[in-house]
Amino acid sequence: MRDVAVIGIGCTRFGEKWESSFRDLFVEAGALALEDARLAGEMIDAMYVGNMSAGRFIEQEHIGALIADYAGMATRHIPSTRVEAACASGGLAFRQAVIAVASGMEDIVVAAGVEKMTDVEPGASTDTLTGAADREWEGFMGATFPGLYAMIAQDYMHRFQLTREELAQVAVKNHYNGARNPIAQFQQEITLETVLRSAMVAEPLRLFDCSPVTDGAAAVIVAPLDRAREFTDTPIRVLASAQASDTIALHDRRDISTLDATVAAGERAFRRAKITHKDIDLVEVHDCFSIAEICAIEDLGFCKKGEGGKFTADGETALNSSIPVNTSGGLKACGHPVGATGIKQVCEVVLQLRGEAGKRQIDGATIGMTHNVGGTGATVAVHILGRV
Amino acid sequence: MVGIITYGAYIPRYRIRVEEIARVWGANAADITGGLGVFEKSVPDLDEDTATIAVEAARNALRRRGVDPQEVGAVYVGSESHPYAVKPTACTVGEAIGSTPNMTAADYEFACKAGTAAIQTCMGLVKSRMITYGLAIGADVSQGAPSDALEYTAAAGGAAFVIGRDDPIATINHTCSFTTDTPDFWRREGQNYPRHGGRFTGDPGYFKHVRGASRLLFEQLGKGPKDYDYAIFHQPNAKFPQKIAKDLGFTPEQIKPGLVVPHLGNTYSGASPIGLAATLDIAKPWDRIFVCSFGSGAGSDAFDIEVTGAIESEAFQRSAAPGVTQLLENPIYLDYARYAKHKGKIVMQS
Repeated sequence: MRDVAVIGIGCTRFGEKWESSFRDLFVEAGALALEDARLAGEMIDAMYVGNMSAGRFIEQEHIGALIADYAGMATRHIPSTRVEAACASGGLAFRQAVIAVASGMEDIVVAAGVEKMTDVEPGASTDTLTGAADREWEGFMGATFPGLYAMIAQDYMHRFQLTREELAQVAVKNHYNGARNPIAQFQQEITLETVLRSAMVAEPLRLFDCSPVTDGAAAVIVAPLDRAREFTDTPIRVLASAQASDTIALHDRRDISTLDATVAAGERAFRRAKITHKDIDLVEVHDCFSIAEICAIEDLGFCKKGEGGKFTADGETALNSSIPVNTSGGLKACGHPVGATGIKQVCEVVLQLRGEAGKRQIDGATIGMTHNVGGTGATVAVHILGRV
Repeated sequence: MVGIITYGAYIPRYRIRVEEIARVWGANAADITGGLGVFEKSVPDLDEDTATIAVEAARNALRRRGVDPQEVGAVYVGSESHPYAVKPTACTVGEAIGSTPNMTAADYEFACKAGTAAIQTCMGLVKSRMITYGLAIGADVSQGAPSDALEYTAAAGGAAFVIGRDDPIATINHTCSFTTDTPDFWRREGQNYPRHGGRFTGDPGYFKHVRGASRLLFEQLGKGPKDYDYAIFHQPNAKFPQKIAKDLGFTPEQIKPGLVVPHLGNTYSGASPIGLAATLDIAKPWDRIFVCSFGSGAGSDAFDIEVTGAIESEAFQRSAAPGVTQLLENPIYLDYARYAKHKGKIVMQS
C-alpha cells in the first residue's frame, strides 16, 4: 500500500444558503480545493462524493454523475462515485479516496461531501434524517434523532451523574470555537444560560444541545505521498483510515451510552498509525448532539467512561488545552450538512496541521484526528492525519 | 394633489396574551415575547370577520369627514382572509356605507400588503379623474395554525382610507413598489392555515423587499430618513420593523407612533394601514410620513406622505371616531378555549 497525502482542501461557508443550489455548493467547494492544490481539473483521476439524502432533500439521485458533470469532468469520463452512510457519508467518501490512492489504482482523487438541507420544511428534514436510524423498529415507532440521542443522554446521566450544566459546556465551548471560524454557521459565543434557557427538544436535550440543519459542501484532494510535493509545500499525510459498523438500531446495542463502533474504529486507527491518544494534538468529533461529544471523547480514549462531562467542564477540551476538541466549532456551531461534515472535519484538521487556522490555531499541531458517525453509531469513520 | 381625505381604523375588543397560548402548547412565553416583541394579540368576536372589520373602519373614516358616499366611485378591500373565496367583500362594504350601485369594486390579496396596493389603485383612479373618491381598506382576521409560530401574532383589525383630490388631510407625494416571485409564505386553495418557510421569511422575504422599496423611493425622490418625521413599516412582529428601521437609518422615535404590534399583534393586510392611522392620529400639519408595507410572495409598497393644514380644519373631525390608541384600550382577555371558539378552531357537530 502506498502512503497517501491530502494536497488540497476547500469548503464553502456553512449555513442557510438560500442563494446556492446543491450544484453551486459542490462546484464552489471543488474549485476551492483545486485552487488550494494548484491543480488543473484534467489531472483528476477519480471522484468520491459523500451525500446522505439528495433524493429526499432536493429530489435528485445519481449524485456521482451529477457532480462529475457540473465539475466539468463528464467529458473526460472519469469514475465518479456517491458514497452514502448517513451522517458518516463524508468520512467514508474520504476513506474510499484514500483506499483508491493507497491501492495504486488512482493517483489524484477528489473526496467531497455535500448536502442541501434547507429546501424542505423542518418536519421533512427531521424525517429524512430519521432514515439514518432503523426505520422499521425506530422511525416508524416515532423515534427521531433528537429522541434517540435524548435516550442516550438519559441513560448516561442516570449512570454517570453527568450534570445538565456539564452537558451544556459542550455547546458553549463549540460556539466559542465557531466564533473563530469564518465558515461556521454560528459565529457567536454563547453562555451556559443560553443553553439552559433554550427550548426543550427532547428531554434532556435543548435546542442548543442540537446541531442545526445546514447547507454546505467540502472537498479535499488526495494523492500519493511521494507525488504530493508536486502540488503543495505542506502535504498532510494520512496516518490511518479506519471504519467500523454496529447494529443500526440503538436498542440492539450492548450499551447504549457507548458507541462500540467508535471504540473499534478508534483502536484500529491508533494501531495502524502506531500512536496513542496522547500523540493527538486535536480531534474533530461528531457532536450531532452535546451528549454525542461526551461519548465520543470517552470512546476514543481521551478520558475515562463517565468522566467526559467533568473533563469538558474543566476545560480540558478547549482550544490549546490538553486535547482540543472540535476547533472548527463542531457540528453544533460550524453546522452539519450531513454528507459534507466528514470532509469538513478533514479540512479543519489539515488547516490546523498547516498552521492556517487563524484565531483558533492550536500551537504546534502535528497530528490530528477526525471522528465521523452515521446514525446513532451504526457506522463510524476515524482518520488520523499528520504533518510530513 | 392626490391624498388622504379621511381615514378610520377598527380593532376587535378581544385579546389573548402570548402567555396563554404558550401555556397550552408548553412553550416558553418569555422567549416568545422576547424574540417577537409581541405580548398580546387582538381576536375577533364570534360574528366578526374581514367584512365587518372593513365596514367598521370605513364607517369610522366617514364619521370624521362628510364625504358623500355616492361620490365614492371605487371600493377595494385588501385581505388574505376574505370571508368568501368567490363573492367580494368590497361589495358588502360599498353597500354598507351607501356607495352602491354606481361604483367599481374588487377584493385584493397580496398577503400583508393588499391594503397598500388598494391605496395605490385608488390613487391611479383619482389621478386619472375616473373617480372622485376611492375607498382603500386593508383588513384581516388572519389565520395561524394551532401551535405554529404564527399563532402567537396572527391578529384581527383593519384601516380604511378615502383617497381623493380635494383638500386632503395628507398628500401622497409619491409611491413606488418592489416586487419579486418569492415563496416565503403562502396558503393554497382549500387550506385553512398558511404555511411559511421559517427563517426564509426574514432576509429573502421581509428585509429584501422592504429595503428594496424604501431605497427605491429615497432614490427617486432624492430623500432619506432624515426628511421624515415618522415612519411606518409592516409589522409582523416588533423586531422586524425595528431592525429594518435601524438599518435604513430611522430612529426609534420616528417609528414609535406607528409601531402598534406589541399589544395588537400582526393584522396582516391591516398592519401598515393601522400603523399609518395611528400616526395620523397624532400628526400635525406639515409632518412628513414614510410608509413601507410588505406582503409575502413578495413585495413592498413605499409612500411619501405629507400632512396638510386640513387635518386641523373644521371639515375634518379627528375626534369623531376612535383613534388607534382608544381602540386598543379596555380589552377583554380570552382564555385559549374561548379564543379557539372565537376563531372557529372548535369543530361543531352539524
